[in-house]
Amino acid sequence: MDLSLSLIIFLPMGGMLLLFGFGKRIGEPGAGIVATLAVVGSFLIAVVLAFDFINGDGPAETVRWFEWLPAFGVEAELRWDQLSALMTLVVTGVGSLIHLYSIGYMRGDPGFGRFFSYLNLFITSMLILVLANNFALLFVGWELVGLSSYLLISFWFERPIAAAAGKKAFIVNRVGDVGFILALMLIFSVFGSLGFDTVFEGAHRGELTVTMATAIALLLLVGAAGKSAQLPLYVWLPDAMEGPTPVSALIHAATMVTAGVYMVARTGAIFELAPIAAATVAVVGGATALFAATIAIAQRDIKRVLAYSTISQLGYMFMGVGAAAYTAGVFHLMTHAFFKALLFLGAGSVIHGMSGEQDMHKMGGLARKMPVTFATMAIAWLAISGIPPFAGFWSKDEILGVVFERGGLWQVLWGVGLVTALLTAFYMTRMMWLTFFGEPRWDDGVEPHESPRLMTVPLVVLAGLSVVGGLVNTPFKATLEHFLDPVFEAVHLAHAPDGSLAWILAAVSVAAGIIGIGAAILRYRSRVPVEDGLGWRLLGNGYYIDDVYAGVFAGGGKLGADWLAFRFDVRGIDGAVEGIGSLTRKAGGWLRPLQTGFVRSYGLAIIAGAVGLLAWFLSRGGI
Amino acid sequence: MAVTPGWYMALAAVLFIIGAGGMLLRRNALVMFMSIELMLNAVNLTFVAAGRELNVLEGQVAVFFVMVVAAAEVVVGLAIIIAVFRRRQTASVDELTQLRG
Amino acid sequence: MDFPILSALIALPVAGGLAVLLVKRDELALPLSITSSLVTFGGAAWLLFAFESGEAGFQFVEKSTWHEPWGVGWHLGVDGISLLMVVLTAFLFPIALLASTAITHRVRQYAASMLFLQAGITGVFLSLDLLVFFIFWEAMLVPMYFIIGIWGGERRVHAAVKFFIFTAFGSALMFAGILSLGFLVSDQLGGPTFDFVELLGADLTRNAQLWLFGAFGISFAIKVPVFPFHTWLPDAHVEAPTGGSVILAGVLLKLGVYGLIRFNLTLFPKAAVDLVPVLAVLAVIGILYGAIVAIVQTDIKRLVAYSSVSHLGFVVLGVFALTTQSLQGGVIQMVNHGLTTGLLFLLVGMIYERRHTRQISEFGGLATVMPLLAGAFLFTAFASIGLPGLNGFVGEFFVLLGSYLSLPGYAIAATFGVVLAAVYLLWAYQRMFTGEITVEANRGLSDLSVREKIIIIPMAALVVFLGVYPKPALEIIEPSVDAILERIEEQTDYVVPEFGSTGDIAVEVAE
Repeated sequence: MDLSLSLIIFLPMGGMLLLFGFGKRIGEPGAGIVATLAVVGSFLIAVVLAFDFINGDGPAETVRWFEWLPAFGVEAELRWDQLSALMTLVVTGVGSLIHLYSIGYMRGDPGFGRFFSYLNLFITSMLILVLANNFALLFVGWELVGLSSYLLISFWFERPIAAAAGKKAFIVNRVGDVGFILALMLIFSVFGSLGFDTVFEGAHRGELTVTMATAIALLLLVGAAGKSAQLPLYVWLPDAMEGPTPVSALIHAATMVTAGVYMVARTGAIFELAPIAAATVAVVGGATALFAATIAIAQRDIKRVLAYSTISQLGYMFMGVGAAAYTAGVFHLMTHAFFKALLFLGAGSVIHGMSGEQDMHKMGGLARKMPVTFATMAIAWLAISGIPPFAGFWSKDEILGVVFERGGLWQVLWGVGLVTALLTAFYMTRMMWLTFFGEPRWDDGVEPHESPRLMTVPLVVLAGLSVVGGLVNTPFKATLEHFLDPVFEAVHLAHAPDGSLAWILAAVSVAAGIIGIGAAILRYRSRVPVEDGLGWRLLGNGYYIDDVYAGVFAGGGKLGADWLAFRFDVRGIDGAVEGIGSLTRKAGGWLRPLQTGFVRSYGLAIIAGAVGLLAWFLSRGGI
Repeated sequence: MAVTPGWYMALAAVLFIIGAGGMLLRRNALVMFMSIELMLNAVNLTFVAAGRELNVLEGQVAVFFVMVVAAAEVVVGLAIIIAVFRRRQTASVDELTQLRG
Repeated sequence: MDFPILSALIALPVAGGLAVLLVKRDELALPLSITSSLVTFGGAAWLLFAFESGEAGFQFVEKSTWHEPWGVGWHLGVDGISLLMVVLTAFLFPIALLASTAITHRVRQYAASMLFLQAGITGVFLSLDLLVFFIFWEAMLVPMYFIIGIWGGERRVHAAVKFFIFTAFGSALMFAGILSLGFLVSDQLGGPTFDFVELLGADLTRNAQLWLFGAFGISFAIKVPVFPFHTWLPDAHVEAPTGGSVILAGVLLKLGVYGLIRFNLTLFPKAAVDLVPVLAVLAVIGILYGAIVAIVQTDIKRLVAYSSVSHLGFVVLGVFALTTQSLQGGVIQMVNHGLTTGLLFLLVGMIYERRHTRQISEFGGLATVMPLLAGAFLFTAFASIGLPGLNGFVGEFFVLLGSYLSLPGYAIAATFGVVLAAVYLLWAYQRMFTGEITVEANRGLSDLSVREKIIIIPMAALVVFLGVYPKPALEIIEPSVDAILERIEEQTDYVVPEFGSTGDIAVEVAE
């Protein structure tokens, strides 16, 4: 167990180090194969280890690496329980497919080896994050994930936009990290330890006051909002689309952005004590879901549609975990990983086939040219739109059901979720129609073609998962919920309604999906309407929030910093220092004439002084 | 007439005033130097005289210190004067006003 | 104690420096000095392994009295804190010398100055007699003054004089403090003494402690530098040659913090406890102010210099938060800052040697022509930002979490420095290394040479080692830190804060 669990991390870590050193020499496609094999290896080990949990409730296990920071009561220690197993499976499973796809997508890129070492670094970091057995190690993974996303987003560093996007992602994430670090401070100050067991058991025994729990939970939410691109820290994710498309799929759809959801689920014991904080999580999630969905409607860049869609779907997950439906949140995390990775990889395939074109207004009619891409993306489209029996339906429906069941104001949130579902169906249909149907609107010289096998195989596999992935947790057979039960044993879980109410809610949400799809088909069926005007521009630019941030933080901040650096520091503080210096010099200048250069006048002064002193002493009556 | 310490003191004072006068009135660096020596020795005289009168040894110890320091000073001072003379062809301090502020 | 290893660590660089001066061949100056510093490093490494890390007191003590009536003597010793500093010093000097090949003018004097500087710094860390400490403290000023003033950039003389006057001002205060301390205790200890260990036995009034704390503290605060005494630092860094900058950032600044820990906390605990708010405020201002000012700098060396102000702010906060974790964090952060900022200066120096400019706007897209250097820079930047897995994280984590126990408000404010660090370093990286090459002169630049790789690799290895497995270093520090805190608790009514009111239960659970 010790070694095999460690190997899950060591394999991609080894791949990363190997490719970091020799990636160029191994070359293409060797580097890609090495990296892919490393992740596939981790996946297989994880599958084998996870079997213990499926056949009965295998207990959670820990693997200690070495004594790390005893002052904080933490070791470098891994935790293997159902939740981390599920996350590991998603990360390595989807990760393997994306690695495979990248071998085709990155063909001919001069940074081929570097790219795969970064991908492996990302998988390593993500695994550290989900396998950590304490907050400190979780934070290590959390930060390393941020590093890998920085490296991957700005992978094509010659492009200034990409470099800026990477930096932005890291810095916005760091803002969230402040919340995380502050939460760690509070946790440490209460428990004297950052170990999961100590903290959660302590929380259970009531060592945490409600105020403290609320503070900790809200701060954790800040961290989670940064990583999972929730309001108001979502701004980095759309920009992150400057990275290569597989990166968008891996990091910004399937895995990294779900870290926040994972963290909230993991710390359920704390959120349980802080109902206000938990409700805040749900509200932030709901608001983000609706907000991002409206923006997604007006995007012309296919990847930006998906980016905002991701933000919106993450909002759903937050709604779920905020409503204490951890299983539902994690379930949606999983199905979303399947269909969103599929959508991104499909979009990548489209972009690849269109020679780099990303504007959907310049696509159209691609269904016939790229049949596999079309077919697989169509499945993902139905999945995300919440059409049964595809994966998205089950998970989304469960979240909405739980939220409805909690009653009271939560039902407002349910309404928000429902509207979002409708909008989701609408913008996804818009995307499908603009891309695959209608008249071709390609630029001259663009010859769309289906992508190579290496890229379509992962699409097909993910499509399969998007079809059946939802069946692991249906109201009829809640396998996943039972699987995760031991993890959330101590936490009070919220549940979806049963009986006729469940059927009614399901019918309503399916209806919302169908209405959204229908409306979009009606609108885009025959021609591409002109999408201009105030509303479209407002939505297309994401309510100009990015510009506001840029003006306030980058612009205003720079002005302030300039003032501090070049006025206050140089003129003020250093001015005072240099002022004392020049004052001394000036004083010296005034005294200069005293030094005549005539030795005898100095001598006279000395003697005069001596005589004067003598006289003074004598006048006082002796020395 | 007994030679009381007062005489020594008076002699020292006279010597000191001669030295000081020479120091102030002469322009030649060498002569000024000799005047300084005169002043130093005037002080030595007071040390010795006072030491004998008070019957303590420190007076003579101080004299040795002064003599050693004076000798060292002469070595450096003379060397400087000679070097200056070689360069400037003069030892008159009134012409050596380079260090005017 | 048979062989006087500590004296040897001071004498070796002096001997090396004299040898460099006496062997009148310029081409031998650097090889000779590097050899000498490597031998010293060997000694320091031996010390590191021979040191008993569980012990709190001073080890390898050497003591001989010079002048009994004044209580002055040659008294050396190391504890966990000074040990790390000495090893860091011995580690950085060969590297700084190896990075000095760009010096072609008066090489022998340069190499000798560096070695004398090393002797001075090592002496400061090892001295347990206040007068000897002061002599080394002053002795170290002179070579540094020459290094900046002779081998520096365009405004070197101005920078050197500024550096000197700032430090000398502090030194004057400190000297007055040392003398008055030494004679103040003579009633209690039966005669004046400057022996640190004996001084620990004295019981000073709160008032006396406050005055002495001020005299010592201002001197050390200038050296750290604590806001608002920091303005000599950017000037000195910008003008100093690469080797000088490395030493300046790497160890010289640590002398200030070391002094604060060794003397201000230990000798004047009552004053220290009283003045915690003052120093904490200045530290937090330093953290945020240094970082904000660093963001908009146009000169990369100035940027790194202001980043030092920010990082040292973390150190000072950790020291004066007076908890085990924070103080440990402060000390380990000193080592970390020495490594990462030293490395940043080395890399900046390598770029400077190629392009002879430090203006960020003169660069852009360098990663295309020098990928290795760019990678090394990014690596170091992340270490400096405090990315887990690299050394900067450990110190920051300890300082922040530890400070929260005693100074929650300050710790919260300081946390925002974490974001700012990412802003200034990543923005600088973006402007210098990414994008297209915009200035033609940058197109033909060569990547790292073998010599430069030899410089970078050991430092980078240490950065990773301390980041992943900090335990050996922490174990060396911990007993000494605990001893200091225990002394403060004994002498004052200060109680080192522990976690939560129900902490005992939590400990049981942990076990």
